[in-house]
Amino acid sequence: MSALRLGRGLIERVWLVAVAVAAWEIVTRRVGETYFPPPSTIVKALREQWFSGPASALFLSDKALDDFSASLAHLFVGWAAAGVAGVALGAAIGRSRVLHDLLDPVLQFLRAVPPPTLVPFFIMVFHIGATMQIVTIAFGVVWPVLLNTSDGVRGVDALQLETARVFGVGRFRRLFQVILPAAAPKIFAGLRVALSFALILMVISELVGSTEGIGSELIGAQRAFELPRMWAGIVMLGILGFLFNALFMLLERRLLRWHAGAKRLAG
Amino acid sequence: MLQITGLTHSYSDGHVAIDSLDLTVADGELLSIVGPSGCGKSTLLRCIAGLIRPTGGRITLNGAAVDGVPDDLAVVFQDYSRSLFPWLTVRDNVALPLRRRGKSRAERRAAAQEALESVGLPDAGRKYPWQLSGGMQQRVSIARALAYRPSLLLMDEPFGSVDAQTREDLEDLVLQVHRAEKMTILLVTHDIDESVYVGDRVVVLNRSPARVHADLPVTLSADRDQIETRGLPEFVRLRAEVGRLVRGGARIPGAVPAGAAGGILKSDIRHQKGVGPDTMADSESGGTRPTR
Repeated sequence: MSALRLGRGLIERVWLVAVAVAAWEIVTRRVGETYFPPPSTIVKALREQWFSGPASALFLSDKALDDFSASLAHLFVGWAAAGVAGVALGAAIGRSRVLHDLLDPVLQFLRAVPPPTLVPFFIMVFHIGATMQIVTIAFGVVWPVLLNTSDGVRGVDALQLETARVFGVGRFRRLFQVILPAAAPKIFAGLRVALSFALILMVISELVGSTEGIGSELIGAQRAFELPRMWAGIVMLGILGFLFNALFMLLERRLLRWHAGAKRLAG
Repeated sequence: MLQITGLTHSYSDGHVAIDSLDLTVADGELLSIVGPSGCGKSTLLRCIAGLIRPTGGRITLNGAAVDGVPDDLAVVFQDYSRSLFPWLTVRDNVALPLRRRGKSRAERRAAAQEALESVGLPDAGRKYPWQLSGGMQQRVSIARALAYRPSLLLMDEPFGSVDAQTREDLEDLVLQVHRAEKMTILLVTHDIDESVYVGDRVVVLNRSPARVHADLPVTLSADRDQIETRGLPEFVRLRAEVGRLVRGGARIPGAVPAGAAGGILKSDIRHQKGVGPDTMADSESGGTRPTR
């Protein structure tokens, strides 16, 4: 019964995607335009490119392992560094009125600078390679985390802070057991935005300044005029973005179960 | 012993919440503080808890001046849904303050469990506060305060947001706890019935700025029963007297009318969730008591 319902739910969710892909296939085949290869050709390129490996490696080819591990390592190191720095700075700014007033204009300006414009500068300072890519990602995605954290920390209920004071919860534990958990829903929202920014910045940094990774593969295919390969790269990035978001949502839902529960009750 | 002399507090906007208030509470006493909404009750309680530094006067607890939150003091706030941490289980909420008492993890858990049992919630430890009813959540707040083993327990309109039946149960719980633990309890309320039913002594405050308007001993036996005690002539007499005093206190010439006062009034209203003077008049005449 529940398997049936699950199956129906799945069909309800994906039927439009299936119809769209089928329509895409038919139209591109009819038109026969080189710039728009049919999805079946893209899937074939995708498989040749990255998924021709053995089943034991989840069909990932050696090339896939090289490309993905380089790209994803940069993405996650940059994102994690931005996460730690953003939460630490955001908490400090959120807790201190003085710090907030002092730094807010600077932060608002830095946040407004589109991160890709800094890539030429970072290439100059760090040269082409991993460091420059990680710095680009970290600098670009730190802002949503920082601003959301400072916002969340400032918005902690005064009664929760009073309760912690009355019951002698010390400064350190107050931060980690009261203030940060209370701000966690906002922090997570910032981290989620940061993750999708990080994927964008990973690709941009690879397009202009890398010899490895999915982005550099994509630009290489474009230069060689191998359009199915280029499209395969685009589709692959879409899949990755989708997967990251889904995984993060799963994690968030687990860790913030209390928030959903408390909110459902209040509403 | 809690000793308050000449306590004065005015907020930065010039609003005077408390004006030279004197009050002494003996060890083991259960004192009800009753007064009209927005009369400065919450400010008084926050001064005693060391959460606000009063602008004048002196508060000493067991001989030591209150400067910052005293070590052996606990508070039960009205708004349990905000004062319990929703990301911690009930047991962790109760155990959180105990680390400071230098106990091991196992001891903290045992103490939390014991406190939960004493408020009638032996099986709630693994649940989250928001999975419990309002009355049960307020029991958890009381358990948290009990596990902390304070010498002074402050209760800030603790039953203002639960239904009438739950309220009576919780009043009896406070009486039972007071008898069992022999701690000093200061219960702030705007409910006249409750102040008489629970208290050993009732202090009536003036409308803002708060001053002690009257101080009455409750001449009822320590054993109280919701139905029987409330029917006693002595209870009826006391309730009428406190009611008259509260009304009188609310109408002193030149007093700030409700709704016109500054910051403290706003915060008082927030803590009372719309339970105002009109419901108070009801409870005075012995009618329905404020529910949520």
